[in-house]
Amino acid sequence: MIAVLDELVKKGKNPKATVLEAMKDSGRKAVGCFPIYVPEEIIYAAGLLPVGVWGGKTDIKLADKYLQSFCCSIMRANMEFGMKGTYDMLSAVVITAYCDTLRAVMVNWPYAVPNVKVVPFVYPQNRQGDSAFRYTLEIFDKFQSEMESISGKKVTAERLEEAFDLYEQWRALSQEFTTLAATHPVTINAKVRHYALRASYYMDKKTYTEKLMEVNQALKSMPDEQVKFKVVVTGLLAEPEGFLDLFVANNISFVADDLAQESRQFRTPTRPEGTVYEKMAWRIMDLRGDTFFYEENKSRGRMLIDMVKESSADAVVVCLYKFCDPEEFDYPVYKKELEAAGIPILYLEIEQQMDSMEQLRTRIQTFTEIL
Amino acid sequence: MTKILSSKQRLNQLLAEHYQEAQDAKEAGRPVAWATSIFPQEILEAMGFAIVYPENHAAAIGARKDAPQFLKKAESDGYSIDNCSYARINLAYAELLHSDAANIPVPDLICCCSNICLTTIKWYENLAKHFNCPMIIIDTPSGMTDDISEERVRYIRGQLEEAIVQLEEIAGKKFDYDKFKDVMRISNETATWWLKATDLLKHKPSPAMGFDMFNYMAPIVCFRGIESGRLLFKQWYEELEKRIENGQGPWDDKEEKFRVLWDGIPCWPYLSSTYKVLKKNGINMVTSTYPESWSLLYDVGDLDGMARAYGSLLVQRSMDHGVRRLCRLASEFNVDGAIFHSNRSCKGMDFKQFEIARQLKLQYGVPSVFFDGDQTDPSAFSIAQYETRVQALLEMMASNVEKGDR
Repeated sequence: MIAVLDELVKKGKNPKATVLEAMKDSGRKAVGCFPIYVPEEIIYAAGLLPVGVWGGKTDIKLADKYLQSFCCSIMRANMEFGMKGTYDMLSAVVITAYCDTLRAVMVNWPYAVPNVKVVPFVYPQNRQGDSAFRYTLEIFDKFQSEMESISGKKVTAERLEEAFDLYEQWRALSQEFTTLAATHPVTINAKVRHYALRASYYMDKKTYTEKLMEVNQALKSMPDEQVKFKVVVTGLLAEPEGFLDLFVANNISFVADDLAQESRQFRTPTRPEGTVYEKMAWRIMDLRGDTFFYEENKSRGRMLIDMVKESSADAVVVCLYKFCDPEEFDYPVYKKELEAAGIPILYLEIEQQMDSMEQLRTRIQTFTEIL
Repeated sequence: MTKILSSKQRLNQLLAEHYQEAQDAKEAGRPVAWATSIFPQEILEAMGFAIVYPENHAAAIGARKDAPQFLKKAESDGYSIDNCSYARINLAYAELLHSDAANIPVPDLICCCSNICLTTIKWYENLAKHFNCPMIIIDTPSGMTDDISEERVRYIRGQLEEAIVQLEEIAGKKFDYDKFKDVMRISNETATWWLKATDLLKHKPSPAMGFDMFNYMAPIVCFRGIESGRLLFKQWYEELEKRIENGQGPWDDKEEKFRVLWDGIPCWPYLSSTYKVLKKNGINMVTSTYPESWSLLYDVGDLDGMARAYGSLLVQRSMDHGVRRLCRLASEFNVDGAIFHSNRSCKGMDFKQFEIARQLKLQYGVPSVFFDGDQTDPSAFSIAQYETRVQALLEMMASNVEKGDR
């Protein structure tokens, strides 16, 4: 394996150690970012270290005090980690509100985890008119003030430009990496792909970007590889680890993804004109096929069909995180469109805390037989 | 001589007329809008659209026990059984287009305001895609402050103005600002009567059984902007006032022994059985979070005020605000206990209940119980569990009375 790739995978697998190391190396205070689309550029420009807060494997005990069992496993895990002190090294968490669960977690947080400040960040859902664009610029300004008060440093125009450029570079390299992963599915199997991308949530973006560039360079010099099956994967995220092992064991590669934790973060280009905040706002206005934003005549089904064609994939794998309302509401709509296009679908219901993979193993094996 | 109908008889008549009028409007070529229950209906009424409310329709289907066929259809279409049952029923109705309970015409326009929940955005987005018709969305972002921030007011106001332009394009005519003001006036008056009427339940004994409020929820949704709605709630208020004057409590054959707060939408398929368990034990539900959900008050003609009112519901605000509101209700309505419906359809409300219940106990000494259920999916509710929980609450309330704590 490429040494630097191995390093990224290890970091992706060890969030806490990686964050602590990044804090130490960069001298920055860390701010946790709940899923998804937190404007990390602003956090970074304020001299802080934005890190991902995406739950993880843990026993749910304390979170039961706030959330019923029919709550998304990522949010229950985030609440559990917050309550048991795992996030104590964070100077704040930024909580978004794309669904009713996130909204509720946001307002519970000050009661459940009083020692970690919460900063709400809520994008507009109605992105059709000027009012949403103007509102987005206003909330960026407000968010900037919040971050400045945490770091004690001003977000200057220069720092903001620098942070924006760094994130643009990270987006471009991440996209390049996923393209290279499709042509190198042995080296970059489903698991390696996931953890290499996930490492970006816990490292200083500058360090991560440098390392990812090295990985891409190494991949470019390697001959193309083949595995038996190619799929496009869609959903919130593809975890836990045992779940990814099943794809590796069955010779299935992820040739493209529509995962909230992965490509949705970096696939939408911004417009060339305007200030940094205007460019950042345009990216949000231009996001398409994303269940977490309202979209007239939702395009996710058509987008998935195009992704399958472009990547010559055999099928679409749906990673449906149980109790994720937005994803669950999209599924019947794109399912119908994929079926009409004759594209096979493998629907898998997953949770972060799942112990047994046996049922999923059988379903994935059976699916490869059909393919 | 024409017999004067009671407000309850009148509301049933009005609801029957409401569904019929929507069908008639469709046949006459008038545009039909499907709207969320706290959508700023003022702009639609002013434009002369016929409006129907899918949540109300789904609740009617649930109450008349016709939900299972729709829930089954939604599941076979790929909807998760963990999704909101109103959404599942309505999305399946959009395919089947017939229920023995009540029928609504195919929409020309879908209208969604996210002030009740974010789930409606996904649900209504799917409706618009299914019917291939335009959708108007009024998005009301949430925050953690008690009050709505000025930039949120500007965003909501901006969307209202954009929606008016969109409506003009759809209807092919100019927006009638005079009629708009008229609808605003009626809406404010109806909301005021609704609040005044539900406030009368503060009287001890309460002049009404609070479950009646659930019956009046359909008209406050459907008729807030029309004259017959205004008159209905004024009449209800006057009837309740009269009952107080006459010294009448909620029941003629039973004394109001305990007063409780109810959190969450009722279980429509079990409305009667859940009510009977309470009545049997002399428990009257006197308040919930609903009365204030429709008390949308603002100055007539003030678009900023309207934006602020529609964007300041319980779900847009902090937990502290929610806690204070429930504690205030508990105190003003003099409740002995609280019943929390852990409603599988309503994650936004559910995931705040535990802390609210704790604070209610801590700040006001009000005991509470939880029961599992669903607003319209009959499979999520067990009458035995409900009875046991009510029994437990009864014991806690009785013990408080004995100790002189309440």
